[in-house]
Amino acid sequence: MFSYILRRLLMLIPVLIGMTLITFSIVHLIPGNPAQVILGETATANAITELEESMGLNEPYFVQYGHYLMDLVQGDLGTSLRSKAEISKEIWPYIAATFELTIFAMIFAVVVGVNAGIISAWKQNSWFDFLAMMVALIGVSMPIFWLALMEQWIFAQELGWLPAYGRQNSRDPIAAITHFYVLDSLIHLDFSRTLTILKHLILPSIALGTIPMAIIARMTRSSMLEVMKSDYIRTVRAKGSGQFLVIYKHALKNAIIPVLTVIGLQTGVLLGGAILTETIFSWPGIGRYVYEAISYRDYPVIQSGILVVAFIFVLINLAVDILYKKIDPRIKY
Amino acid sequence: MSRIVLEIKNLSTHFFTDSGEIPAVDQVSLHVHKGEVVGIVGESGCGKSVTSLSIMQLVPNPPGKIVGGEINYKGENLAFASEKRMKKLRGNEISMIFQEPMTSLNPLFTIGNQMREAFRFHQKISKKEAREKSISMLKLVGIPRAESIIDDYPHQLSGGMRQRVMIAMAMSCDPELLIADEPTTALDVTIQAQILDLMRKLNEEKDTAILLITHDLGVVADICDRVVVMYAGQVVEEGSKREILKDPKHPYSQGLIRSLPRIHEREQKLYSIPGTVPKPKLGRVGCRFAPRCELAFNRCFEGNPELYVTGEGRRSRCFLYDKQEGEAINDATTEAVIGD
Ligand SMILES: Nc1ncnc2c1ncn2[C@@H]1O[C@H](COP(=O)(O)OP(=O)(O)OP(=O)(O)O)[C@@H](O)[C@H]1O
Ligand code: SF4
Ligand SMILES: [Mg+2]
Repeated sequence: MFSYILRRLLMLIPVLIGMTLITFSIVHLIPGNPAQVILGETATANAITELEESMGLNEPYFVQYGHYLMDLVQGDLGTSLRSKAEISKEIWPYIAATFELTIFAMIFAVVVGVNAGIISAWKQNSWFDFLAMMVALIGVSMPIFWLALMEQWIFAQELGWLPAYGRQNSRDPIAAITHFYVLDSLIHLDFSRTLTILKHLILPSIALGTIPMAIIARMTRSSMLEVMKSDYIRTVRAKGSGQFLVIYKHALKNAIIPVLTVIGLQTGVLLGGAILTETIFSWPGIGRYVYEAISYRDYPVIQSGILVVAFIFVLINLAVDILYKKIDPRIKY
Repeated sequence: MSRIVLEIKNLSTHFFTDSGEIPAVDQVSLHVHKGEVVGIVGESGCGKSVTSLSIMQLVPNPPGKIVGGEINYKGENLAFASEKRMKKLRGNEISMIFQEPMTSLNPLFTIGNQMREAFRFHQKISKKEAREKSISMLKLVGIPRAESIIDDYPHQLSGGMRQRVMIAMAMSCDPELLIADEPTTALDVTIQAQILDLMRKLNEEKDTAILLITHDLGVVADICDRVVVMYAGQVVEEGSKREILKDPKHPYSQGLIRSLPRIHEREQKLYSIPGTVPKPKLGRVGCRFAPRCELAFNRCFEGNPELYVTGEGRRSRCFLYDKQEGEAINDATTEAVIGD
């Protein structure tokens, strides 16, 4: 197992190099002079030359790429044009915010989706099955911004049960350590704050987790139905097993394998593409960070944001592959 | 003879599909004595598996359902027993092994894990004890290096080994009745013989009754005491192995026996019954074998034959043995077909 993980990590190197090539190209694929684009129409020739020099844009591409790689290896993501701060220092809170939200959204999606799928398959064609699959169908086809707005309207505005915006009570901010606020509040042993932070997580998690939840429910159901027909399930029943063990031990472990791929992919999608949800809920995540960078043409930030998200995507893929191997003894590499 | 363990009376199991109701098992009656090996023989699709799954109430439902009859196990009717009751019996008093050793074990759990369950569903024993018992069961069914095989996954074993594991698992709780649905069909000939020997040995040592389903009369000749021949969802003939093999009464059984390969005959071509088993359907009129029967006469297409008694413990579903038909036909036909 250990050597497998090591081998997979080594195999990541070419992927990472490819990723850096792409993010590096972003700046150079912009039509015209990047410095000109960055500084805008009204920039003086002097300012453009100055910026070109400071960005190293007057050097050959491969030299520039070499510098870029060397910086990355040392953990230097460059400097934000807008805030003039080092990106590697400023990006972490955004990553943590997105991570925290993604984790809760995926917990919601997996717990609800997998169980709904199992019960639907178990009680195939029952009213539960019908209802669950109906909800799942609506879930995948519903515009998420609409769901988010509805949530805010019902649960924040009308009922006043849950906060509609942000990660925490903005008048009483937490002293962040890891920037995972739930974790931080636990470290501070400040449990009432934990509760507040969890409350802030509920609405965006549901909004973000609904599509994955629906996809997972449908996948689990069809996978379970397939597995329940197999010979080894009949064997378990012939041994005198109760339904619960048949389903949650023997069938689920087999049925979850194809679902894992979906869970991995969806996690990646949430990490990278939650701009809309983060905007609606004023969630200071990586999506918003990059989105704002785009409107300011802050290219180093855009580059870094994309690189970080892509990197996380690759890591999640690796995690899924390792899980596969843990679950299925037949997989050999 | 000794006590009856299983007595099936007029069992009917139907499938309710989009294309209508299919009487896959139609009024089947048979019985198994303690310690006896009874074979159910018939071509593919004649309802052998559905009969055996009905006993365990493992017919896939929907679409399958027991619609009538009795399955008396030691005097208790299981045909409509509760799932709770069946759970207690399955794997404990009645156990079953299947045709497909390659797919009958869960690929994601070790042999030990799956064998352990067989004990732990029915007995209060610790994991450790269950493991030890599993190892001794594996040894009993002739698995070498049982101590290490027990931690292997199914894909690491051959088909024959897996079928041995299945048998070991089925025998864990010393069942009264073992149902074996074509246990050797998927295996090659030498392994097949070993598995049959093993089953015979277990039958003799533990006095376990065995209901052995097969389409292979060679298997019947090997280990069965009594034989039930099925055709298109019905029992068409019943008798002791000796009698059925030497003197089959029903034209279908006669055809089956004629199609057995024989060493001492120099026939070049192997005989096979022309045509195929008709799909079961409701409201069929006439003997179900009539379209393929060389001896069919008018009555065969107009009425449904019953099981007529043809001797001590022998019955045959053929008009030739209806007392109303002349003795003459009867004699002529049996002689014509059996040349042994
Ligand atoms: N799941 C099902 N749905 C519908 N019909 C079924 C189903 N399973 C079995 N049948 C019907 O029951 C009939 C008998 O099937 P069964 O499996 O008992 O045959 P068999 O004698 O065991 O044959 P084989 O030697 O191929 O195993 C089939 O012809 C088929 O029409
Ligand atoms: S009843 Fe008629 S058709 Fe049927 S087996 Fe007997 S002779 Fe053949
Ligand atoms: Mg069968």
